Amino acid sequence: MNPLADALARAWRDPRGRAGGLMLAAMAAAAALGPLVLPDPLAQPCVLTCRNLPPSAAHPFGTDDLSRDVLARVAAGGRISLAVAFLAVALSATLGAATGLVAGYWGGAVDSALMRLVDAALAVPRLFLLLLVLAVWEQVPVVMLILLIGATGWFGTGRLVRGEVLRLREESFVRAAEALGASRWRIMFRHLLPNTAAPLLVAATLGVGDVILLEAGLSFLGLGVQPPAPSWGGMILDAKSVLVAAPWAGIFPGLAIVITVLSANLFGDALRDAVDPRGA
Amino acid sequence: MTRVLDVENLRVSFPAARDRVYPVDGVSFSLDRGETLALVGESGCGKSLTSLALLRLVPPPGRVEEGSTIRLGDTDVLALRGEALRRIRGRRIGMVFQDPMTSLNPVFTVGDQIAEGVRAHFPVSRGEARRRALELLREVGIPDPTARLDAYPHQLSGGMRQRVMIAIALSAEPEILVADEPTTALDVTVQAQILEVLDRLRDRRGMAVLLITHDLGIVAGRADRVAVMYAGQIVEEAPTAALFARPSHPYTQGLFASVPRITGPVERLSPIGGSVPPPGAWPSGCRFRPRCPQAFDKSETMPPLLPVGPGHRMRCWLAERGDGGAG
Repeated sequence: MNPLADALARAWRDPRGRAGGLMLAAMAAAAALGPLVLPDPLAQPCVLTCRNLPPSAAHPFGTDDLSRDVLARVAAGGRISLAVAFLAVALSATLGAATGLVAGYWGGAVDSALMRLVDAALAVPRLFLLLLVLAVWEQVPVVMLILLIGATGWFGTGRLVRGEVLRLREESFVRAAEALGASRWRIMFRHLLPNTAAPLLVAATLGVGDVILLEAGLSFLGLGVQPPAPSWGGMILDAKSVLVAAPWAGIFPGLAIVITVLSANLFGDALRDAVDPRGA
Repeated sequence: MTRVLDVENLRVSFPAARDRVYPVDGVSFSLDRGETLALVGESGCGKSLTSLALLRLVPPPGRVEEGSTIRLGDTDVLALRGEALRRIRGRRIGMVFQDPMTSLNPVFTVGDQIAEGVRAHFPVSRGEARRRALELLREVGIPDPTARLDAYPHQLSGGMRQRVMIAIALSAEPEILVADEPTTALDVTVQAQILEVLDRLRDRRGMAVLLITHDLGIVAGRADRVAVMYAGQIVEEAPTAALFARPSHPYTQGLFASVPRITGPVERLSPIGGSVPPPGAWPSGCRFRPRCPQAFDKSETMPPLLPVGPGHRMRCWLAERGDGGAG
């Protein structure tokens, strides 16, 4: 078994890892499959009489102020929120891994330049940078939202991967690969990258929780996913005005956020301990 | 005999506080086809750096100095760049490193790692590379090679891993095998097996072997010639039998005196006092002078390699007196 599979297996034996992994998988499955069987999240079946209905058999999570089914919206919103989170994190991980590999293996001036860039970028508060861009750019499409979140989230990962590469490149298997005639690119992507997979996966898993919170926050401020498309943060924003009359319209998307972030963090923590037991 | 490797006046330097230091300082040796040359010395004498320089793998900021020559057949290694340099790595010289625990990539199966060497130098399919990897595992004496092909390094013992390292070094069918302390990290019983594998492969493939070691015990009966290194220089070079019969340089004599003998009268071991000074702190004249029991006034000038016997030379003025080996 290779070390990544080994770490995953150990994380799975950890109760936190198993609970987190299962809940995360359940949320992802609900988000992926829910919209196929649930009512249209934008449909307003009966505009006057179906507003703010409490949970019932017909509407398990109730209806919102515009008489839309909250369960359908939580599922559809989850699809968007989770897609944003996974894709943005994938982008961050890719950018961070590439930067870290180049900086760590090339070293010298390239390393210094890239790391000063990372230092500078980390000095800018991410949330305010995003708020600024999104406030200026109204009605931002979801794809741009993913690109923006992904492009501002890789700095820490870059540093992490660089540190791993600095350690790994002193290992004699790198020397052995060089002695066998492997090119720099081959050493970076075939020999070093797979050896950083486990810490990279830990960072990405913990990053998923962060990005879900970030996206929910932005959407709550009306700057993230744009209505009428449902998102968890946006649903809480909508529910704010009817918080007393229809608390379920805000509670269920809130619960979805809490459960998803919690499971991502649980799984990430277990995975981190499995990768590096000393850091527990 | 075909000459496969010629190293002349090899100097490797590293930047130090003020100017540069020379951990390898004017090393010359050659290797013929089918021959084993042992490069012997304490840690820090520059023997590993010498072997890395052969493939231009001296880690930066170190560099091979102008005026050094490394010739592989008729290839001038020091003139090669980029792609041309990569083509000789593994293909002309294969390397086995000291520590089999860290010399294999932990995330790939051993079959993948051997096949990688094959595919780096020959235009063969994945399946063919895998077939050759299997053959190589068999050749280095790994039991049940078919199952081992898909094993990860951590599933193998140290001796098995070192066999895998040898298989990897052989994957591109080099004419020279450089083994840098190949048995240092292994149990004594496993050491003998690994050395046997190296001997067998040399004989079967007609390879030249450069065996780098600090252990005189594994040199006897295995190497054709021995070069003893001290402080970045070769201080004595001789056919193995001649060196064992008559170690001449006081440093070589010191090395022999610090190894327990199984036969002969029980004697107190006499280790060489002190340790190898770091590069940059080397004395003027003969570098062994401060530790040498036989140093005399002439030792204050650096001796060249002087003849002691047929094919036998040493870097000591005692050779002129003709009493080398008296001690």
